[in-house]
Order: sequence, then structure tokens, then C-alpha cells
Amino acid sequence: MTMKWSGWALAAGVLAVSAMAQAAPPTAAMLSNACAGCHGTHGGSAGPSMPSLAGQSDKAIVDAMKKFKSGARPATVMGRLAKGYSDAEIAAMGEFFSKQKLHATNQTLDKAKIAKGASLQEANCGRCHLEDGKEGKDDTPAMASQWLPYMQIQMADYLSGKRKMPEQMQEKVKPMSKADLEALLHFYASVK
Amino acid sequence: MTLDRRNFIKLLGGASSLALAACAGTGGLSGPTGGRRVVVVGGGYGGTIAAKYIRMMDSSIEVVLIERNDHFVSCPFSNLYIGGLMKDLTPLTIKYDKLAANHGVKVLQAEVTGVDAATKVVKTSTGDVTYDRLVLSPGIEFRTEEIKGYDLAATPEIMPHAWKAGPQTILLRKQLEAMKAGGNVVISIPLAPFRCPPGPYERASMIAMYLKQHKPGSKVIILDANPDIVSKKGLFLKGWKKHYDGLIDYRAAKKVTEIDTRGMAVLIEGIEEVKGAVINVIPPQKAGHIAHVAGVVGTDKKWCPVNPMTFESTLHKNIHVVGDSCVAGAMPKSGYSANSEAKACATNIVNAMNGKELIDFSGINTCYSFLSAKEAVEVTGVYKVDKGAIIAVPGSVGVSPDLSETEAIYAESWLKNILTEMST
Repeated sequence: MTMKWSGWALAAGVLAVSAMAQAAPPTAAMLSNACAGCHGTHGGSAGPSMPSLAGQSDKAIVDAMKKFKSGARPATVMGRLAKGYSDAEIAAMGEFFSKQKLHATNQTLDKAKIAKGASLQEANCGRCHLEDGKEGKDDTPAMASQWLPYMQIQMADYLSGKRKMPEQMQEKVKPMSKADLEALLHFYASVK
Repeated sequence: MTLDRRNFIKLLGGASSLALAACAGTGGLSGPTGGRRVVVVGGGYGGTIAAKYIRMMDSSIEVVLIERNDHFVSCPFSNLYIGGLMKDLTPLTIKYDKLAANHGVKVLQAEVTGVDAATKVVKTSTGDVTYDRLVLSPGIEFRTEEIKGYDLAATPEIMPHAWKAGPQTILLRKQLEAMKAGGNVVISIPLAPFRCPPGPYERASMIAMYLKQHKPGSKVIILDANPDIVSKKGLFLKGWKKHYDGLIDYRAAKKVTEIDTRGMAVLIEGIEEVKGAVINVIPPQKAGHIAHVAGVVGTDKKWCPVNPMTFESTLHKNIHVVGDSCVAGAMPKSGYSANSEAKACATNIVNAMNGKELIDFSGINTCYSFLSAKEAVEVTGVYKVDKGAIIAVPGSVGVSPDLSETEAIYAESWLKNILTEMST
């Protein structure tokens, strides 16, 4: 028995010590999995007011988190949560979610609005919201299949000035009617 | 070589036992099973997530989820049902069929009757199940011995705790509906720590909302064993003043030590009697029954000490404890905490079983409370390990600035997402 324990300890010792020494800092997955309680497993949201993060570009995630952290973007929980992470951790989370497949949602949408939005989107938004909103230029978020209620909340914040609209977006949004904007959101929500 | 096994483990700390078990999985150095099976006990906020994430991270590991019920009812949001904002518990109920279909989790509906840590066997009502790793997420049990006259089986039928969601939640609601207008509702709150720190105060808000509309002359009397409101104090006081002025009688440092179910009264410190038409006694709490059976409860006889990285018990190797039962440092006993803890536990179980390095814990808590039909508040925090303990990352912990309809909208999506994550 003594022999057995000694041998066991000796054999395992190397592993145990190395495990202690190398206890790695939180990985991108460890950091990002914690977000999934609110944003869905791998960032695919099932809650209409919480955005899917899956398939967003790392630039879009990092931009959003930095603005939450600084207070530049209005928030409820996100302003505080963003302060819990270093820039390197935020970058790691951005990369994690950018590698996930875009999350397809099934939403009740208005067909006429989708059609109207489809006719407006290319000319008005297509410079930044690329590929029918499946991708975004630079830090522009992907909008395809994003939850309509989430996008409506964001658009309301943009229009009220609570959230600062990018200049290029202002140019396009200002002349548009509320009905046109609503149609655009229905269109993006419908893209699979 | 004079180092015996016990000193060896002590020397290297909790992480060593994980690494040792990594050998067990591949080299058969300890334990009779020699396989790669993780048994998870408890299908709530922690257990479902541990089971699912282990399978997602390594589908070669067999995962058996043992749960006595064929469904789970969420405690978070159950106060909304009690207040009359939900017609039934369906929005709070999940089943396990998709965890099986989507992730290959083997769901065993059985009652756990024993755990043999030495031979790595879980004894259940339907037979023995061997494990290489055991994850316990058994929620809470009540320290009924601290309340004179409290009978674990009989008392909740008269004075519901409704602190485990399901029939108890429905019973409390029924009692409120049946109560004559003018009757008082007594809520007794145990000393912290208990499951869901803001929960009792949210409950008081929801009940007051119902009384205001349907029971003129009735009010809520809160008997709080704690010296003050435990969580979101300013927000609750603001909400009560705004919506339920005069309807909530909050009394601090009033510890219920005795109950009289026939006289429908509670006694504070054995002296001061308070009567109620409906009495919601939330008893003091401890780790779930199974944790006691498994011998992973600490010297306080209440909660389970764990390694803050792996959530492995410091008392028995290869047994991990997540959720309300474990001592997770600065993290509150909440559903979201359990979700985060289970993921970190799953990650490090998979890594240990595959001989890979362990990863430090990173987790989040988000917890919403409703103050009225349309307004909610929340508390959040990011948590990490620092010097061997789970701490809140400075700057990340805080509460809503005010009562908010927007928060209530987000709260609904919180519920949808977290329950979907647990069940699909």
C-alpha cells in the first residue's frame, strides 16, 4: 500500500504541479460562456430584447464593449459588466463570438414591411451593412436575423439622441420616415 | 518517499486532486470505473448547464443527469406568478428531452439515496450509477431545526415557503386569493446567506401589488432576521414608497424562532407574536440534502467549500458542487451564478479528464427583481479568482439607477434566454 501511494504520488506529481503552475488565465471561451445566460449559448439569443452576438465581427463587439465601458453607449447592465473586463479580455470575447455561426431567428414579421425594407436597404444602408446585413463594414454590426425588438429599442435610442448615431448613418436616416426605418428593421430581421 | 496521499493533496491544494483524477481517467490509478463518465445530480440552473457544456466540449465523455422530477420550475420569476402576473407556471417550466436529443445527455429520473465517494458510486432509487466525476447541483434544504414547531413535511402545507418553485408557489398564490380582504400577509426572511438575496423583497412587492388591487385593507408585514434589507435596498424602498406606501410594513432584525400553525402566528425570538392570515415562512437554509449525504458539507454544517477554479469539493476529490449549495466567495446564491459556476466546472472537468491545463474562473451574475407589473431593477457583477478566492471585479458590481420599464423588458428576455440555454 505504501509503495502504491508513493508511486501514485510520484507519477501524478508532475502533472499536478504543472496543472498548478499553468492554471491558465480565463480563455476566450471561459469569458464568453458567462455571457450566454443572457445572450444564448454561443451568443445565439432566444430573448427578443437581447441581441445575438454570434457571427458579429470582433470589431463590432469590441467597439460596443468599449462604448459600454466608457459610457458612450447607453446601457442597463452592460455599462457595469463591460467594466469587469480588460481590453485584452474584450478582444478575446470579440474573437470568440465572431467565430460563431450567425444565429437564425424565427420571428413574426410583416411581409409588406420586409418587401419595402428590401427595396430601401441597398441604396440607403448597403455601404456599411454589407450582404443584406449579414456582415458589417469595420465595426458595423451584422443585422441579419437580429431580433426586431432589440433593433427597435436601438433605433429609438438613436432617434432620441440617447445613443450617438454614426455620421454616415445620420445622413441616411434623417430624411427617412419612421415607417421606412421600421420597414428596414423588418427586412434585416428576416434575413437568414 | 514519506509523503502520503493526504499530505500530498494538502500540499498542492485543490488543483492537485483534479490533476490526479486526470490520471484516473486515462491511467486507471484510482477508482474502479476506469471510464469517462460524469454524473450530474440536480436538473436546475447549475446541473443542466454542467451536463450540457461537458457534452458540448467533449462528446466522448458520457454524461448522466439524475433528477427526481421530469421537469424543473424556475424560482426566478416565480414571484410574478405569486403576484398574479402569470396565469400558470408554464413560462417557468423546462423539460429535459432536448438536452438528451441535442447533446446526448442521458437523463435518469430517479431519487439519489446515497453517494459513496470512495468507490465513486451514486445510489439511486433505480439502482447504482458509477462515476469518474460527480457534479452536485442540489439547490437548498431548510434548517428547520432552527424554528421551533416547524415540520418539514406538514408546515409548508399551512405556511408555504415557496422557496422551491412548483406546488409551493401555487399554494402561496391560492392562499392569497382565498384570503379575506383586510387580512395581513406575513413574510419571514432568514439570516443571509440564503438563495436569491433580493427574492424576499421582490416577493413582498409582488404580493403588495396584488393586495392593492384585490384586497383592500390588507398589508404585507416583513419580518427580516437581518439587520437591514439584504439586497437592492434603495431601489426596493423607492419602489415601495412609489407603489405600495403604507402597504408594506418592514421590520428589521426580527428573527422568527417559533411558529404556531394552528394559531396562524409566528414568534420572534420566542417572545413577540405576529399573526397573519397568510404566512410565508422562508426558513434558514443550507446545502441541498444530497450534499449532506455525499459528505461535502463544511464544518459550518451548512454549505459546501469548493476549489474556486474547478468547484471540486475540498472534502472529497472527484465530487464537484455548483449553485446555491457551494461557497462561491463573493458570488451571490442566484440562478445566473449557478449558470456561470457550472460552465467553469464543466470546462475544468473536461480539461482534467483530458490531461489539459486548468483554466481560471470567470463568471457573471445578473439578477432582476420586479417592483411592479412593468418595472424591474437589477444587480450585476463580473467575478474572477484572486488569491484563491472568487472576488467581484472592481467597478462591475452595481444596481440599476432607478425603477425601469426597460429593465423589465430585458428581464423577460433574461428568463427566455437562460431557460432556453438550460433546456436546448
